[in-house]
Amino acid sequence: MTGATKPLNPRGTKYERADFPVFEFPVVGKARYNYTTGEALGRFLAGLKDGRILGTYCNKCGRVFVPPRMYCSYCFREVDGWVEVRDEGVVVTAVMSYISATRARLEKPVAVGVIKLDVPGRTFDDHFFPGLMHYICGATEDDVKSMRIFGARVKAKWKPPEQRTGSITDIECFEVVRP
Amino acid sequence: MTSRNINFKHRVAVVGAGLTLFRSKLLETPQELAWLAAKQALDEAGLTLKDIDCVVIGSAPDAFDGVHMKGEYLAEGAGGIHKPAVRVFVGGATGVFVPIAAWWHVASGLCKKVLAVAEEKMSHAARPHTQYVFRYIWDPIVEKPLNPNLIWIFAMEMHRYMYKCGVKKEDIALVSVKNKRNACGHPSAQLCMPDITVDDVLKSEVLVWPVQLYDISPTSDGAAAVVLASEEEARRITDTPVWIKGIGWTLDTTHWTNRDLAYPEYVRRAAEMAYRMAGIDNPRKQIDVAEPYDPFDYKELHHMEGLGLAKKCEAPVLTREGVTQRDGDLPINPSGGLLGIGNPIAAAGLMKVAEIFWQLRGEAGARQVKKPVYTGLAQAWGDLMQAGTVIVMGV
Repeated sequence: MTGATKPLNPRGTKYERADFPVFEFPVVGKARYNYTTGEALGRFLAGLKDGRILGTYCNKCGRVFVPPRMYCSYCFREVDGWVEVRDEGVVVTAVMSYISATRARLEKPVAVGVIKLDVPGRTFDDHFFPGLMHYICGATEDDVKSMRIFGARVKAKWKPPEQRTGSITDIECFEVVRP
Repeated sequence: MTSRNINFKHRVAVVGAGLTLFRSKLLETPQELAWLAAKQALDEAGLTLKDIDCVVIGSAPDAFDGVHMKGEYLAEGAGGIHKPAVRVFVGGATGVFVPIAAWWHVASGLCKKVLAVAEEKMSHAARPHTQYVFRYIWDPIVEKPLNPNLIWIFAMEMHRYMYKCGVKKEDIALVSVKNKRNACGHPSAQLCMPDITVDDVLKSEVLVWPVQLYDISPTSDGAAAVVLASEEEARRITDTPVWIKGIGWTLDTTHWTNRDLAYPEYVRRAAEMAYRMAGIDNPRKQIDVAEPYDPFDYKELHHMEGLGLAKKCEAPVLTREGVTQRDGDLPINPSGGLLGIGNPIAAAGLMKVAEIFWQLRGEAGARQVKKPVYTGLAQAWGDLMQAGTVIVMGV
């Protein structure tokens, strides 16, 4: 039953840069965009400038959205209002990055993760929760590699008010709260 | 007709497949790559472009090839000139979405024979690194200012999966070893590594812990193509058509920081749709061979669980026991997968469909699985861990 192996003689010519002319044209690297924040994220960013993390909620399904949406994407209706969530929570996943956005080696690795944020009077299961990606500070490489960081309590480390610009980077990182 | 919940007019078969080499730098232009794969698929089916009614094209972000309107650009090489031609796109899930879209062209009765082509050229985006293109998939307001590298999210998903299921990196590395060894049987393969060991994977460059260099598929150039035909046409073209028995696809939200990453819900839902259509209620028993998407080694395990080929957290156990080897009870990625053959994104997904086609026809030669196979599955996944595409095929 075993005949020739398909695909038969697949084609393609491997090249080395030195052997053939390559035309370089910078598009992605030089392109600039002006993204609008929209309604929900606009208010969220204004909140960050004030040192507060804001979310929206839907009374029909009980979800709390951080990052906030102006609509509940599950019930497909407008959200019912805004809620200030706490600037602390627990780490649901975390990693240690040894490379930059362009894949260059970093001198010092950085920890990043997803933080499930506390909302007073509310608890959330693992399936849907208010959460942000951010840097985690105060965690060692071993804390991350051993997974001790999972479930750890972290709290936002804010930039001084005069340095805040209304950006996710108004929070420097989420810092591990040592008991 | 085996449909349970979806109405369609015609059964659809795959009657030919074609593939280029997968390499990190190919001289051919994207159009030329598309042509090489398309021509091979037509030749294998014994057809010419005149026989083709409609063309479906798939390619992932335009920024990789550095050509916007990539569908229109590729149309020429893909045989789409002066024909109803369309490009579909769901990120990394695109490769399996191409035959899904081609399927509805035929199943609806609109077209009788469709050429489906997927292409990707990642080496064009060489400066500063191909990685940089991925920057534009992040949320521009809440994520991009943090200067992320795309590997972050996979590392976060992998680590969450390891945490929830108690999986060790050694177990995950076994997938990489299996696939890079399997790739040695594939004429298109970029990373055939016959002697690679778990130790090699664990000692490779650490990128974003827990992800290391050999946990990831390489960046690649390449193209793949298949020809689909209605039942009547298929029976005229070949004695051994491979039927498309079920298709499914779903999207989850881009707000991935609100979801549990330990289990791929987007794949489960896509699989359920395909299984309902194919009349499959016990995939572990009814699927003989599968090509789940494996751009990362943990993803093969993750997707096996989402597809119901393993229970939650069970895929590493099956892997350790050898069940997923080519001579195992449930061969997984006998092609060598993205980890071994390479990952020209959309082309890599369609390569999996081609592999199931060849496996079910007994034409995989050196990499033909040991057990007799009648039903196979290919799956891809993409975007911000949110898109799932599944196709079930049978003879």
